[in-house]
Amino acid sequence: MSVLAYGVVAWLFLIGLYGVVTSRNLIHMVVCVSVAQSATDVLLLEIGYRAGGHAPVFVSLPAHPGPAVDAVTQALALTDVVVGATVTALLLALAVQVHKRAGTLDPDALRATKE
Amino acid sequence: MSRRARLALFAVAAAALAVTLGIGLAGLPSFGSQVSSYAKLLNVLAPRQRHVTDVVSAVTFDYRGIDTLFEEFILLGAVAGISMLLRPLSDEVRELPEDKVPDRAIPPPSPAVWLLAVLLSSLLALIGLETVTHGVLTPGGGFQAGVVLASAIYVVYLGTNYTTVERYQPDALLEASDGVGAFGFVVIGLLGLLAGDVFLTNVVGLGVTGNMIAGGTIALLNLTVGLEVAGGFAILASEFLDQTAVIRTRTKQ
Repeated sequence: MSVLAYGVVAWLFLIGLYGVVTSRNLIHMVVCVSVAQSATDVLLLEIGYRAGGHAPVFVSLPAHPGPAVDAVTQALALTDVVVGATVTALLLALAVQVHKRAGTLDPDALRATKE
Repeated sequence: MSRRARLALFAVAAAALAVTLGIGLAGLPSFGSQVSSYAKLLNVLAPRQRHVTDVVSAVTFDYRGIDTLFEEFILLGAVAGISMLLRPLSDEVRELPEDKVPDRAIPPPSPAVWLLAVLLSSLLALIGLETVTHGVLTPGGGFQAGVVLASAIYVVYLGTNYTTVERYQPDALLEASDGVGAFGFVVIGLLGLLAGDVFLTNVVGLGVTGNMIAGGTIALLNLTVGLEVAGGFAILASEFLDQTAVIRTRTKQ
């Protein structure tokens, strides 16, 4: 079970990086970055999981006995999601301006210095 | 570097990274076996100490409130940065599309689309308010609610044409709610200092556990964050839409 759970994290991160390296479109590259970033969300939630545990919400406790999962890692995952969203938005804004300046979204077609 | 060489380099680097990641992940406790004692402590303490039933809210806005303060300013900074990146550049001009053929007006959205937009946006606004006010009770809170509230505005974009939105949208109000939301977090933090305690101390009356108004500053911080996120995300969408709708290359005179 552990192998599958943590394997997903490694897989998500590496496949996201593979997408970044091989991308031919900046928008696609931004999506790949957020795929790689989502690995950290999954890892945080997995570290905080407890078998048979319920959500750390104690509204109607008698109906949900037993242990609760980690609220701290869930709060960290929330932070991660927000920061991930801002990074994605900033990168997309940069992609818009790159397309205006260079007329292309293919990273290979961009040159550092334009003659 | 050619694509082939880049892929080869990536394969080597990724293999090394995979091994390192594997070793690191193998050192973690097995999945689902235990949670940290800090988490166990908070799960027991938070409902009693802070009178909230959603411990995630208590962690986000109280026990680790300072982290959330910085997170909020990351969001504010990002929205400001995007507004700056997407401003009209020196060779661009900001103007509403003018009607070149006045006798062939743009057809208004169909009644079905309009009705759906009205229903969906009011429903989303309601769900957003529900999520932000129940943040101390059930999963939810300012960040999630802010995104839902901003979606209500997105649906309005879909249900009408953007020129109308651009004409009537209260840009100043959205920007103010973004700034006031972020600043409100600091003000609520300063209440702690005023009460003679440390920054972000929960000094407001805690209320009764299980009530909607409970948790002291946690509920208030939820509201300010909801205000900020809703304003921020609404600004984001309108900045991106402006790029296609009202910002165009300056035509040579």
